[in-house]
Amino acid sequence: MTEASETAAQPLTARLDRVGIVVAVIAIVGMDWQSFATLKPNRLISGQGLSLAQSLPTLWAAIGIALLSIATIVAVLRTGALLRLAVGIGSLLLLAVLIGIVPATVVPPDNSYARVSPAAGFWLMAFAFAVLTTDAIAKLQLGPLARLPMLAGAAIAVALILGSGHWDGLSILKEYATNAQKFWREGAKHIELALGSLAAAVVIGLPLGIACHRNATLRGITLPVLNVIQTVPSMAMYGLMIVPLGLLAAWSPLAASLGIRGIGTAPALIALFLYSLLPVVANTVAGLGEVRRSVVEAAEGMGMTKFQRLFQVELPLALPVILTGIRIVLVQNIGLVTIAALIGGGGFGTFVFQGIGQAATDLVLLGAVPTIALAFTAAILLDAAIELSERRRL
Amino acid sequence: MSRIIGPLARLATLALLLALILKPDWFVPVLKPFTENGAPVIYNQGSLLSLTLYHLGLVAIASLIGTALALVMGVFVTRKVGAEFLPLSRSLVNIGQTFPPVAVLALAVPVVGFGLKPTLIALVLYGLLPIFENTITGLKEVPANVVEAARGMGLNPTQQLFRVELPLALPVILAGIRLSVVINMGTATIGSTVAAKGLGEVIIAGLLTSNTSFILQGGIIVALLAVLIYDALSILERRVARRTGRLAEVAG
Repeated sequence: MTEASETAAQPLTARLDRVGIVVAVIAIVGMDWQSFATLKPNRLISGQGLSLAQSLPTLWAAIGIALLSIATIVAVLRTGALLRLAVGIGSLLLLAVLIGIVPATVVPPDNSYARVSPAAGFWLMAFAFAVLTTDAIAKLQLGPLARLPMLAGAAIAVALILGSGHWDGLSILKEYATNAQKFWREGAKHIELALGSLAAAVVIGLPLGIACHRNATLRGITLPVLNVIQTVPSMAMYGLMIVPLGLLAAWSPLAASLGIRGIGTAPALIALFLYSLLPVVANTVAGLGEVRRSVVEAAEGMGMTKFQRLFQVELPLALPVILTGIRIVLVQNIGLVTIAALIGGGGFGTFVFQGIGQAATDLVLLGAVPTIALAFTAAILLDAAIELSERRRL
Repeated sequence: MSRIIGPLARLATLALLLALILKPDWFVPVLKPFTENGAPVIYNQGSLLSLTLYHLGLVAIASLIGTALALVMGVFVTRKVGAEFLPLSRSLVNIGQTFPPVAVLALAVPVVGFGLKPTLIALVLYGLLPIFENTITGLKEVPANVVEAARGMGLNPTQQLFRVELPLALPVILAGIRLSVVINMGTATIGSTVAAKGLGEVIIAGLLTSNTSFILQGGIIVALLAVLIYDALSILERRVARRTGRLAEVAG
């Protein structure tokens, strides 16, 4: 590029936002995509794509395209982060409203077999505006605590839309309607497994971490072993857990009567517990290791006993690092519980694998979407907890 | 002591792994008690060797693609041209890593169908996150005065990147690759549930027919393989770290 054209081009490029250009390209491709939604004759047959104009009443399609175009222009221009945040969130809400209108538009009221689901065009636009929102949040440098109200807002918005029945015509909610009872049961099981294994890992891992901090030999043995355990792929781990527990159940009627069997909750819980140990122990060691020698000595000088020192000085100072370990464990476990469904452990994975087995996409989504939402919520909540503990430390 | 134990343990693990894959019949007496009603003791629906090679090939291809993409992206967002994308990329990587790998796999199925494709997509997409994150961290951690000195020596930006920044960031990048490969080994195993070929098949066959012997065979092979690869990559990483440590001394 010559210097003359560079200076001539500068006023224009200076007014354009590079991230916004990427967002706009994705959004425009999504808007032009031949399928905004998919209409399937029933839940298993592959469907037919409907463009934005085909899937909505003319008025709604016009409003939708107009507003989304304005949002795209705002994204491309160099605009303030707050405006971009508002536009990003607004566009996502608009998409949420639009997709809910599709079933009533394209499915005759007496047809209860037809399934409508969001398709590539919808997802591309949703992704584009989610990126715009994320970029605005990153630019505003909103800390974890500030993200809490946004999480609450998102949760309330989704709850309101779900509660109003606006999405009831969509295939994933039809799938929910037929599985409602099972959905909440598996959901409870999912959370129970993720939190139960975490609790066990904290109860065992925290003292183990403290012991490892004080004793180098123990640390030298424990951490490598836990590292190796963490490396074992989850499906292999669940599989391997079946064997000892199956044998235990076969030999001991007591174990069997307690519900310990080769297949089911027990092997899943133990496998998750084993995976959880490394982050808890390693971060406890690292957190305690970061506490400055002078602080510990000062506490000693004040006449604190070993216990007082540990509980009133060292652990509170190490808390943010320990909480980081707990965050890793919780997010990881929420994902890993999904795979426990393969050995009868229950959880949302039940729907995922059932759906894969029947080639029923909607059922897969019924399992995958809440799992992602849970992991995401856990990450935001714990990030906020970490920030709180850091503030208190100062 | 540990100098002898380490290599010995590695050698024993490798020998056990090779025996399990190449001579599964040797293990019949051990595995026999885990079968019922005269079910086959040794996996008989395909050769364990070809499944292992396929599994490793899948992980290798996905990791190579993921590494290449992550490196290019990581270098881009740490240059002046891509600086605007840096905060966004950091957030997206963080968000991406809260997605469970199995969800990425399950969501790819409706888009591209069953088999190799969704598994490869999930492996590449999910696997590039730790590498991308570590590339950014590694490049950002290169001390400013070192880059400054390189510029003072008359290196142009490309030379600075390839001769100074990337070599110094290499240990951190390698740690990301190790993490990515380990995650990919696991995701490739789950890939068998969406009909991708691989060692997960052996475990799934065992689960479907309640044949604990199959589960043990598949589980132990996958576990040993993952542990050995993790170990090998850790050794490589330590070697590189030691070398760049010296490099940094010279440069600083």
